[in-house]
Amino acid sequence: MTPFISFITIKVILASIVFIITLTIGMYSTLAERKFAAFFQDRLGPNRAGPFGLLQPLADGIKFFFKEEFIPANADKALFILGPCIAMIMSCMSGAVIPWGGNLTIFGHSISLQITDLNIGVLYIFAVVSLGVYGVILGGWASNNKFALLSAIRASSQMISYELAMGLALIALVMTTGTLSLSEIVRGQAGGHWNVIYQPVGFLIFMICAFAETNRTPFDLPECEAELIGGYHTEYSSMKLGFYLFAEYINMFVASAVMSTLYFGGYQFPGISHLGLPSNIVTLAGSAFLFFKIFGFIFLFMWVRWTVPRFRYDQLMRLGWNVLLPLSMINLIVTGAVLVLR
Amino acid sequence: MKPLTSRSKSVSNKTMTMIERLYLPAIIKGMVITLGHFFKKKVTIKYPEQTRPFSPVFRGLHVLRRDAMGAERCTACGLCAVACPAEAITMDAAERKAGEEHLYREEKYAQRYEINMLRCIFCGLCEEACPKEAIFLTDRILPAGTTRDGFIWGKDRLVESPTQRIDISKRHFYYKDGK
Repeated sequence: MTPFISFITIKVILASIVFIITLTIGMYSTLAERKFAAFFQDRLGPNRAGPFGLLQPLADGIKFFFKEEFIPANADKALFILGPCIAMIMSCMSGAVIPWGGNLTIFGHSISLQITDLNIGVLYIFAVVSLGVYGVILGGWASNNKFALLSAIRASSQMISYELAMGLALIALVMTTGTLSLSEIVRGQAGGHWNVIYQPVGFLIFMICAFAETNRTPFDLPECEAELIGGYHTEYSSMKLGFYLFAEYINMFVASAVMSTLYFGGYQFPGISHLGLPSNIVTLAGSAFLFFKIFGFIFLFMWVRWTVPRFRYDQLMRLGWNVLLPLSMINLIVTGAVLVLR
Repeated sequence: MKPLTSRSKSVSNKTMTMIERLYLPAIIKGMVITLGHFFKKKVTIKYPEQTRPFSPVFRGLHVLRRDAMGAERCTACGLCAVACPAEAITMDAAERKAGEEHLYREEKYAQRYEINMLRCIFCGLCEEACPKEAIFLTDRILPAGTTRDGFIWGKDRLVESPTQRIDISKRHFYYKDGK
């Protein structure tokens, strides 16, 4: 087997595994959300489909497929279908550059548990996240419904506003780490030197912006599912609506993975190198730690959702432009000053 | 000023302090409260598997009883229909033929006995009016249905089966105890 073919095979297998894990976690996030929502409200949540309701996501998926697929009259049919596709593809694409673990050694081959080690991984994630806005705005525009369009504009302006502060928080992080490659950022956090210790304000800004980017409460104005119409996906039905909702949960997973990677040491765990375990075990344990961190963040997302009420639109914009943006700029200046004076 | 009730709260228009304006401490406080509820005992009753015990005075679905020999107690006197405030009960009387003594206790019996469950208000005046202790309200719940006709219960569903008697001893009858 030539090295090229083995390289392609390994990458395809790795990509499929990451894809499947992403979709499964996206699926079960829907169940976890409903279960946690119930627990926070002293209820039990779905428990009829399978043991503890574990088959509920499957039942929901089947229901979505059997629903009538409705496309409104005078809707732009091509764009109408393209919208959910873009939302789904973009949310799945970010997983490609996240280092899911260290190196595995199988039959003498050293396999990196990162699909591709881009030297500009941080920029790539940013690019993909910004492209996700297109799914929202295309869906709202193509629906031929003025309320969906208004929601889409509202959603995209929110996402663009918070991307600025998020980017500035990341620049401060890149200044301290000195690299844009995600694998090097993770390697630099070995031994408990997690970036959150050096960039606490930056992490706070990044996390708040991540909440806004994934349209989660308290920033779920694009949807307002509790009291307004559905938002940009008002006219969507069947699995197209399912894709939008599903993409949101995958975004949440990816945002959690990015936060764990950038600020919480990714697959690093302090003290694991002193235990003297075989390298493969260390790698797998590291991946398990990463997923532990990710699940922690997903729980945080849900915890906040069932605690904090939604912002008003002017409050949302004021927080983004008048608070987070200046704060991230100050963070940037302070970081730069510390780096120069050190 | 003296407050009008003990529950009135004074409202102030003071400006928020720096800590309050940060908003984050308030969020964390709220999250601690919700986390407390996360681990609290759940109040849900898993209905088909678990049921809440009814109060002894609960008035549910009716039953037309049989006596110890298995004969119907109802003599179609019509007192229940007269007592019924919702006019839910209809009946036709018939005379008992020779050889039917094991079916009906007295010479007259109800050939047709219908309760319109959509009209019934489950007040229990029928069982109070009944001189023969034939009709009782039980601790059973009226099942849901999809047609209006399905809610008119005839003798086929009201009369208890001679082999599977309906237990009415769980009911507590205030008027029969003389309380």
